[in-house]
Amino acid sequence: MAKNCHNDYKMKFTGDEEFPDLSLHNNHMAKVLTKDIYNKLRGKSTPSGVTLDDIIQTGVDNPGHPFIMTVGCVAGDEESYEVFKDLLDPIISDRHGGYKPTDKHSTDLNFENLKGGDDLDPAYVLSSRVRTGRSIKGFTLPPHNSRGERRGVEKLSIEALATLTGEFKGKYYPLNGMSDKEQDQLINDHFLFDKPVSPLLTCAGMARDWPDGRGIWHNESKTFLVWVNEEDHLRVIAMQQGGNMKEVFRRFCTGLLKIEETFKKHNHGFMWNEHLGYVLTCPSNLGTGLRGGVHVKLPKLSTHAKFEEILTRLRLQKRGTGGVDTASVGGVFDISNADRLGSSEVAQVQLVVDGVKLMVAMEKKLEKGESIDDMMPAQK
Amino acid sequence: MASSFTRILAGRNPAVLLAGLGAGTAAVGFLLSESGALSAESKRSLYPPSADFPDLRKHNNCMAAALTPAIYAKLRDRVTPHNWTLDQSIQTGVDNPGHPFIKTVGCVAGDEESYEVFAELLDPIIKDRHNGYDPKTMKHPTDLDASKISNAVFDEKYVLSSRVRTGRSIRGLSLPPACSRSERREVERVVVTALGGLKGELSGRYYSLGDMTDSEQQQLIDDHFLFDKPISPLLTCAFMARDWPDARGIWHNNEKNFLIWINEEDHTRVISMEKGGNMKRVFERFCSGLKQVEQLIHERGWEFMWNERLGYILTCPSNLGTGLRAGVHVRLPNLSKDTRFSKMLDNLRLQKRGTGGVDTAATGDTFDISNNDRLGKSEVELVQMLVDGVNYLIECEKKLEKGQDIKVPSPVTQFKK
Repeated sequence: MAKNCHNDYKMKFTGDEEFPDLSLHNNHMAKVLTKDIYNKLRGKSTPSGVTLDDIIQTGVDNPGHPFIMTVGCVAGDEESYEVFKDLLDPIISDRHGGYKPTDKHSTDLNFENLKGGDDLDPAYVLSSRVRTGRSIKGFTLPPHNSRGERRGVEKLSIEALATLTGEFKGKYYPLNGMSDKEQDQLINDHFLFDKPVSPLLTCAGMARDWPDGRGIWHNESKTFLVWVNEEDHLRVIAMQQGGNMKEVFRRFCTGLLKIEETFKKHNHGFMWNEHLGYVLTCPSNLGTGLRGGVHVKLPKLSTHAKFEEILTRLRLQKRGTGGVDTASVGGVFDISNADRLGSSEVAQVQLVVDGVKLMVAMEKKLEKGESIDDMMPAQK
Repeated sequence: MASSFTRILAGRNPAVLLAGLGAGTAAVGFLLSESGALSAESKRSLYPPSADFPDLRKHNNCMAAALTPAIYAKLRDRVTPHNWTLDQSIQTGVDNPGHPFIKTVGCVAGDEESYEVFAELLDPIIKDRHNGYDPKTMKHPTDLDASKISNAVFDEKYVLSSRVRTGRSIRGLSLPPACSRSERREVERVVVTALGGLKGELSGRYYSLGDMTDSEQQQLIDDHFLFDKPISPLLTCAFMARDWPDARGIWHNNEKNFLIWINEEDHTRVISMEKGGNMKRVFERFCSGLKQVEQLIHERGWEFMWNERLGYILTCPSNLGTGLRAGVHVRLPNLSKDTRFSKMLDNLRLQKRGTGGVDTAATGDTFDISNNDRLGKSEVELVQMLVDGVNYLIECEKKLEKGQDIKVPSPVTQFKK
């Protein structure tokens, strides 16, 4: 155990006395955590001092919802995934379709491997977006980091982003100190992220010291955007109006790889390993951390009896146009890949491109009053 | 940057290097250990206190006013016997900059020892908040002899209800911001067992927040007894809502005039209340109940946190001393419209709140009027001040009703500074 571990005092009490009451809970952590696992792991700590109670607090405080299965735990640093693997491996397996501790994850950020994606009908596909997260090696993660570390991440990020040129040339706006005018513009552009209000995040300690060390960077054409120190060290987003997902993915991959070069030069590359891919704060974002999606008009298809089944077979998920936890407006849905771990970036975006193309074709058929039964896809 | 440091780096102790480089953020690239992991020890040298000092430029709370880089540097790496740190104490004040008009405290204690280990920060905060009370030189008087109170039965035409509350902490267990689940459960066990020994008009029962039935819950809501999971960021940022509702509950006597909250913002909050104006009886029950509970926990080898510098030790420094808020809901339709009302309250050392409690607005002409002070005066003194003050306000109200004029009273004397 690391010296001066804040857990030492708690070890005077027994595991039974400390075990959380999870009787009303429905999240991955509550399903996996047994007294045996708790007893085995409660005395451990990562080198930076992250302990079991730190990573599960959010799942204890947020019992969950009968229909929505949240993860219920977060990583405090890169080593959390190793030190607490007895808890996290089964959670990862549950969340990521049976992914085994021995499985290897493939990373593919070569945008040229994507087939098509430049011909989604803009009459239906209103906008296209790809996002991911990146964690910077040598710093602990948002649930655990100190102010000094968070500022260190910010400083390095500003330096890295300042090296970008051409289509990626842009500017950083620290959350603390932006002018009202800048703030309004960022809100109008739908770029500004706000202090988290979701208890899933606040109970995990991610809103501490807000807005210290937080900010938004974007390029001049507003098609490439980076969030610094929100739920992850970095969230990287490429987006534009219309259906040219190919172009969005090209910009995404190119920009990401350029940023990564700069971090590597400072001996602070991205957290990555061949088992878990990119290491992020929430276990649900491991692997690619990628959510590629479109805002698409599907008023008829979305009310069809087989809509959910189509999405499942295509390995896609729907959300409202406000993002996670929102409802759809006017038949417009956010459709994105459901998977993160066990398949590459290219593969996941390919599913979105192919799946959305099919669904638009189905929508057109339904508009004409025709059946879509012969278009049903096989399970991907 | 890289080239000028690589020469220095070869063969030198990273911790020494870092100290020489000054503010930690300049050198973040160079302290990865073999595995790339950031250990807790290297973190301390990698990030000297100056790298972690919070940005308090927009803040208006007692902590932000008192915390200097020098104090932070001295205290940052200290740990109390319950593993509680300065950063944890001040987190709520960093996260909640405050309000231009309302000065919050901005820090909490994680355990009894916090008030010693972090005295360099907490003593000035206590002085600021408690009218110059100096914990280094002064002693706080405790007096729970209700027989000393006089003139404490108010005219019920004006006073609708009377209430006295305080808090008590169980010595040896961490406070709500810091406590582990087992400590919190232990507080619940100790207190509920003790309350089970209360007899006569104080005998009652316990309702655990997690186990109560829907109809019990509704009854407690109707009685205005039920407390809910804190939503105020002042409390949630101080880690007080963790593991909700584990080990939280409400105990009340069968008469429903003596009530105890368990594991909300403090280990216990003790409340005596009644409809009407008999503050004398409310305070008598308050003192008697407190004494009996204390006796019952003593029998099992426990005691309340108390010392002669700070009186009763509670989570928020604003509640030290007596932790006592004695108040009434009082109708003052004429007086409340008088421009001198606020000044009168100030001089009487009283505060007004809406009838929903702190942070609410008054409904109609009815106000919650209570004592401002907590530390440096005893319970008896504070309740008598409240009683005298409320009597004065009622006299003023009656005068205004008859069209007579009123006088602003001279300020009540403070303790010797």
